[in-house]
Amino acid sequence: MTRATLYGWGRTTASIADVVTPTSDLEVATQLATSTEVIARGLGRSYGDAAQLSGGVVLDNRSLGGVGEIGEDGVVTVGAGVSIDELLTVSVPRGWFVPVTPGTRQVSIGGAIAADVHGKNHHVDGSIAHHVHEMRLVTPTGAVTVSPTEDPSLFWATTGGMGLTGVATTVTLRMTRIETDQVLVDTERFADLDGVMAAMSGGDADYRYSVAWVDCMTKGAHMGRAILTRGDHAMRGDVEKPTLKGPRKPRLAVPFNAPSGLLNPLSIKAFNEVWFRSAPKHEEQEPQALSTFFHPLDGLRDWNRLYGRRGFVQYQFCVPDSKGATVVDAIKRLSGSGVPSFLAVLKRFGPGNPGPLSFPIPGWTLALDLPVGPSKLSGVLDDLDEMVLEAGGRIYFAKDARLSPEKVRAMYPRLPEFLEVKNRVDPEHRLTSDLARRLQLTGR
Amino acid sequence: MENAFGQPQNVVVLGGSSDIARAITKRLCAARAHTVVLAGRDRELLDGAALEAREYGATKTDVVLFDAEDPSNALRTVSEAFAKVGEQVDLVVIAVGLLGDQSADEDDAAASARVATVNFTWPVAALAEIRRRLVLQGSGRILVITSVSGIRVRRTMYLYGGTKAGLDRLCDGLADSLEGTGVTLQLLRAGVVRTKMTAGRAEPPFTTGPDEVAKNVMRGLESGDRVIWSPPVLRYVFAVLRILPKKIFRRITDR
Repeated sequence: MTRATLYGWGRTTASIADVVTPTSDLEVATQLATSTEVIARGLGRSYGDAAQLSGGVVLDNRSLGGVGEIGEDGVVTVGAGVSIDELLTVSVPRGWFVPVTPGTRQVSIGGAIAADVHGKNHHVDGSIAHHVHEMRLVTPTGAVTVSPTEDPSLFWATTGGMGLTGVATTVTLRMTRIETDQVLVDTERFADLDGVMAAMSGGDADYRYSVAWVDCMTKGAHMGRAILTRGDHAMRGDVEKPTLKGPRKPRLAVPFNAPSGLLNPLSIKAFNEVWFRSAPKHEEQEPQALSTFFHPLDGLRDWNRLYGRRGFVQYQFCVPDSKGATVVDAIKRLSGSGVPSFLAVLKRFGPGNPGPLSFPIPGWTLALDLPVGPSKLSGVLDDLDEMVLEAGGRIYFAKDARLSPEKVRAMYPRLPEFLEVKNRVDPEHRLTSDLARRLQLTGR
Repeated sequence: MENAFGQPQNVVVLGGSSDIARAITKRLCAARAHTVVLAGRDRELLDGAALEAREYGATKTDVVLFDAEDPSNALRTVSEAFAKVGEQVDLVVIAVGLLGDQSADEDDAAASARVATVNFTWPVAALAEIRRRLVLQGSGRILVITSVSGIRVRRTMYLYGGTKAGLDRLCDGLADSLEGTGVTLQLLRAGVVRTKMTAGRAEPPFTTGPDEVAKNVMRGLESGDRVIWSPPVLRYVFAVLRILPKKIFRRITDR
């Protein structure tokens, strides 16, 4: 047991906890039985305070490793502490890709399930929970195997449940067949937000993967100019020399915290400009490596340090299909307030799943990286919460570091259902986190 | 828990009925604070401040009575306030202070001691217990209200300025000692503020209202800067004042 300072990827609120590295179900069970307050942590990629617990016990799931044989049907059992990076290292050479990946491969499978992560294919394949066959879950009242058919209410409370129903130790999921390590990508540039949203509404169904990067710093006619990239895995015949190589280690790293203020309106505007201009106006079927397409930021290790001592928040919301106007209004509100924001990620969601706390609902989702510093920021985001709530949308827990408990109850009306399941398996409220305390998800 | 902008949910305010403390409490409640425990001497004033906190969004408030002239109650006061919060405390504000009447107090041993006790000894005793509790919980913040009058102590206000200076310097070291504990301490160095404490005195330049101080506190909680100056320009004003030759300093400040 070591006492350590933990914070999320946004590096905003740090807290101290006792970190334990259990290596078996039994050791996890022992910790759950002996700790008054406890939460599991993977690679610390949630942006806020989801995987930290001040004064409590944090179980580092990275010691719960191991990748099993990948079956003919793509079904594999892995330790919950295995990262997507490690899984791909094993699976890509054998012709398998993860069914869902967020924008980084540096997440543990357990963490991915706790956040019920989505990727560029959500409109087609749903979130990661859709691909999980079963998992071993150690709860304070015992270890159980859960699946969509075995204790489904506990299964669905766990996917998206932010680790508050138990600690997943092994996970069985189905991988996606690939023939090469390339993706064929179509790229289009759009001068404004309406253009890109129309193209996505009309054409996303033709692509397995789709995402748009939106510039939130331009005002007027070019407000929300965007680059849309869509594609699918390349077949053997699509590329000249088909290969199946796993991900490479990042070569570049940010060695220390940059001064706060390095990322300011001027520098961010300049970055957005360069990025927009360097994208092709129109490109079809361009082969890209898996990591270039799915995990562009993984090439620069510790990039969150660029935001300096004060860190940054990511604001990600989703709204129903009929409320696309909220996306436009949100970007207007941001660009109008002069709060600097890096390129925002815009994406369409397909149907959600039965998870009471699962984030995606069919419609639109927008994610923005915002450096902490401008005094207006907290108020602007509170305003955006209202807009999102009014549109029937919600905020993503895995990114959150500032939402209020009142808004959570309104955005996630099935929270009582979740708490009922949590209280069934955790009657003494042992599983909690700084996020759960802040947003009142503890069940107390 | 506090959020990414340093906005706390569970707050203890020692000296909770002072005008500056009330202004800060209001803004904290308008942001994220839902549990507020106010400690002070006057039950009626505290109840008024608690009502105000609820009007601004607090859902749970409570009060603790203590007299800052007696440091032996500091441990009991802090313990009681933490117990009344009932959860982890995100922010403790120390707004205890006594301006005193320099001309009347300066040749009076008991009165001088009283100013020193309220401005220095009581807060130091309270800080010991606050520090112990927050370090144990692994997170939390302390905001100590000192004063710019402690940056360079004036002859017309040396009891107040000097004792605030002592607290300010002590807290600077205390803040360093908290490195790596998850707990932080910030200092609020305010200029003259229009409050009941300063009522009837001449207003020097850079005098502000309590709400302006509270605004600067909210910004300071977000930035995490060790010293919060209010108004912020005083940082530069005092960078100059502290190195001025004595004669000129006196001529400027002896008013």
